[in-house]
Amino acid sequence: MSDHHHKETFVTKYIFSQDHKMISKQFLVTGMFMGVIAVLMSMLFRMQIAWPETSFTIVEAFLGSHQTDGIMDPDIYLALVTIHGTIMVFFVLTAGLSGTFSNLLIPLQIGARDMASGFLNMISYWLFFLSSIVMVTSLFVEAGPAAAGWTIYPPLSALPQAIPGSGAGMTLWLVSMSIFIASSLIGALNYIVTVLNLRTKGMKMTRLPLTMWAFFITAIIGVVSFPVLLSAALLLVFDRSFGTSFFLSDIFISGEVLHYQGGSPVLFEHLFWFLGHPEVYIVLLPALGITSEVISTNSRKPIFGYRAMILSIIAIAFLSTIVWGHHMFISGMNPFLGSVFTFTTLLIAIPSAVKAFNYLTTLWRGNLQLNPAMLFSIGLVSTFVTGGLTGLVLGDSALDINIHDTYFVVAHFHLVMGVSAIFGMYAGVYHWFPKMYGRMMNKTLGYWHFWITIVCAYGVFWPMHFIGLAGLPRRYYTNTNFPMFDDLLQINVVITLFALVGGIAQIIFFANFFISMYRGPKATQNPWKSNTLEWTTPVEHIHGNWPGQIPEVHRWAYDYSKRVDADDDDSDFLHGQDFVSQNTPLLEGEQQS
Amino acid sequence: MLALFYIFIGVAIGVSFWQITRVMDLRTVIADDNDNDKQGKYFLVFTVFFYAMMVYCLIAMNVLMLPESASIEGEHDDNLFDITFWLIGIVQFIMQFLIFFFTYKYRGRKDKKAKFFADSHVLEIIWTTIPAGVLALLIGYGIWQWNNVMTLSGDDDAIVIEVYSQQWRWDARYAGEDNTLGLGNVNYIDINSLNTMGVDMSDKNSQDDKQVTELYLPKGRKIHFKFRSQDVLHSAYMPHFRAQMNCVPGMVTEFGFTPKYTTEEMRLNPEVMAKTNNINKIRKAKGEDFYEFDYLLLCNKICGASHYNMQMKITVVDEDEYNKWISERPTLAEVIKQ
Repeated sequence: MSDHHHKETFVTKYIFSQDHKMISKQFLVTGMFMGVIAVLMSMLFRMQIAWPETSFTIVEAFLGSHQTDGIMDPDIYLALVTIHGTIMVFFVLTAGLSGTFSNLLIPLQIGARDMASGFLNMISYWLFFLSSIVMVTSLFVEAGPAAAGWTIYPPLSALPQAIPGSGAGMTLWLVSMSIFIASSLIGALNYIVTVLNLRTKGMKMTRLPLTMWAFFITAIIGVVSFPVLLSAALLLVFDRSFGTSFFLSDIFISGEVLHYQGGSPVLFEHLFWFLGHPEVYIVLLPALGITSEVISTNSRKPIFGYRAMILSIIAIAFLSTIVWGHHMFISGMNPFLGSVFTFTTLLIAIPSAVKAFNYLTTLWRGNLQLNPAMLFSIGLVSTFVTGGLTGLVLGDSALDINIHDTYFVVAHFHLVMGVSAIFGMYAGVYHWFPKMYGRMMNKTLGYWHFWITIVCAYGVFWPMHFIGLAGLPRRYYTNTNFPMFDDLLQINVVITLFALVGGIAQIIFFANFFISMYRGPKATQNPWKSNTLEWTTPVEHIHGNWPGQIPEVHRWAYDYSKRVDADDDDSDFLHGQDFVSQNTPLLEGEQQS
Repeated sequence: MLALFYIFIGVAIGVSFWQITRVMDLRTVIADDNDNDKQGKYFLVFTVFFYAMMVYCLIAMNVLMLPESASIEGEHDDNLFDITFWLIGIVQFIMQFLIFFFTYKYRGRKDKKAKFFADSHVLEIIWTTIPAGVLALLIGYGIWQWNNVMTLSGDDDAIVIEVYSQQWRWDARYAGEDNTLGLGNVNYIDINSLNTMGVDMSDKNSQDDKQVTELYLPKGRKIHFKFRSQDVLHSAYMPHFRAQMNCVPGMVTEFGFTPKYTTEEMRLNPEVMAKTNNINKIRKAKGEDFYEFDYLLLCNKICGASHYNMQMKITVVDEDEYNKWISERPTLAEVIKQ
């Protein structure tokens, strides 16, 4: 970090920057851009589900040759749900969430001048950018983008005869995801090395803020599981282009028997979900980490059960790698495996319950500062509980038989990882915006944004459980071919209305974000009166984060409202205020918390 | 009318932008006591909305749910589901209330002090062991029922039926007199000689197999399904029987159940009647024809353009009627030109 006074050009500062703070902003804005695409797609296909035979000008405008008279074609419907899922899971909630906040917060909260390798960090972003470009390009392929579902199960994803999206669209999907995985791995390795090696003096692992623990463990899960998806993608490329038979066997399509022999789609499912399930936690853990920090700060209370929180993060991470089979109970794998995966899956409920109870106890007898970030964090706890509980139904193989791939599943995972992770991301943006841009976001718009979003989120996903229990399969272009689902149409209309309002309401956030970036009130150094080290850096960004020495850490991150007399809640605050920054030395006789 | 709609949208967008810029002029950015008080109360209002919605859905949407299990094996699924649902329902109602009520109750004020409360081993042990205990029960019952459903050996008198999927239709093959299916493979498919399911006609077990486009099942007899697919993954979903299994090209998958009610009996089931009446009210308003309840087999794994319309009717009848029906079907030896 000797280049403090190195003269920066526009290109090295804003484009090929190696500064973690700039890279985090690049991740965030790219993720937000991809998010707009994915949300627009969801609004289009929700309209199709609610009003299947109605012609829409907007469909005509957006879908071009993939629609007839303003009604979308079945193939493009499947493409929309596929790309919506892919972009949301990987580009928004993995890169956009973890990429943004790991980059921003890891060096700042552990007390480092930058990431272990600024260069690799830059490469990580630019690979992500490239993969985004490729994914967006795939939308303009003549036969349409990939349409085999975000899980891209072969043979559907391998055979262009089976669905048009499995031609060039699928090729670009695989290329894009391969680049994405490279980006993700480089990023994750960097995060792990940085957390392990660059902590400032006194920053023991047991003093790390929970955000750091969450990002650190997330990076480890990523490194363990993403390579498996890469190998699955490569083997699929071989099957598609070079005539191998890893996943294909005994196929008769378009009037001819194909040459594939001996492969199995079930193998692909194993490889895919070996990443696919941990991916859920790659998405969720950072959001929970952010929430721990935001809830503790705004409750003016230490996070309850700090060590239990760390243990549950580790337990969730470990279990997440041995539960993937619960996506495959009825895939045709040996039923004995079903029992094993039921057991491991339901075990995850224990650390998850511990986390939920600990958040609740943190709120108890707090002095809650209801800033927008805090509202989103409370919203996260709520959706995490709602969505997590239905996991007990889905994780039980016997019950999964009848609700597998129905809308019950869609409702479950959207609440527990979609809405929760998005809420975590919003909480992070509202909370750390002053650190990113040196200005504050508008409070009133933040409140509007939160209330419309949470009402719409529940308006969409709560009723959706019930149409799933009525047996409605997901990924149906229209339900009109089944009279037994006629009574679900009205509910689908209501869901779509909530989805449209909720989607459009995100404009409030975007307006707030971009206007505040330029016109927001200047931030003070520590606006939320927080303990963590990032708030000891100057408001204006400097390369290397701290102008002088890196601060030394003397305590954990959660000394909020600490008292002179630990047993007397009425006694005075120990350091004269209700927060004590991590770099404040212990007073004589002060107990370590 | 449409013009009016667009004008309305235009005005709405205009007003929102005006409002947003107006709000952006407010320079207060950190919640003060007034905000805490207001937002805390909003959480209380939201709780009311949220509980009203939860309860409304639970009651009003009851009529939409699948009726009781039409298979004997599915009874325990329904039991386990009820137990699980009550359990998570209770936890949901308590937890959500506490989250939002605490937010309201402990909304911040300048003169208040938060309690420094970092740890309590007693509490943590309580809420680790209670979920663990409850889960042990759910896991135990769940795995027992899973084995119950998935164990297919030992039912020697089960009727063997092959369900065959392709883009985008279902076919089925009954095993015939010998109750043994002849070998099948895509290499044997010959559309011209009507061998559409790829059955090896040199196998003596194939001769008496019977190919059909609709399933007839006898009430009270165990059915042993074998699934094949000729092109991509499909999933044979029979929601009324609590039955589902993927159809995987290159392998044979299996599932089994025993039908409990005939189609006629099921049509008289109160839950089914309520649901059917409701559907017919909706259909009548739209001028569509009358709907009568039938068991269905649906595709439930994304499989291409017509995934949304891949179904096969299932009719459950008494054993006598089943025997009559099956004896009237032609065997493959009669159908396939060799």
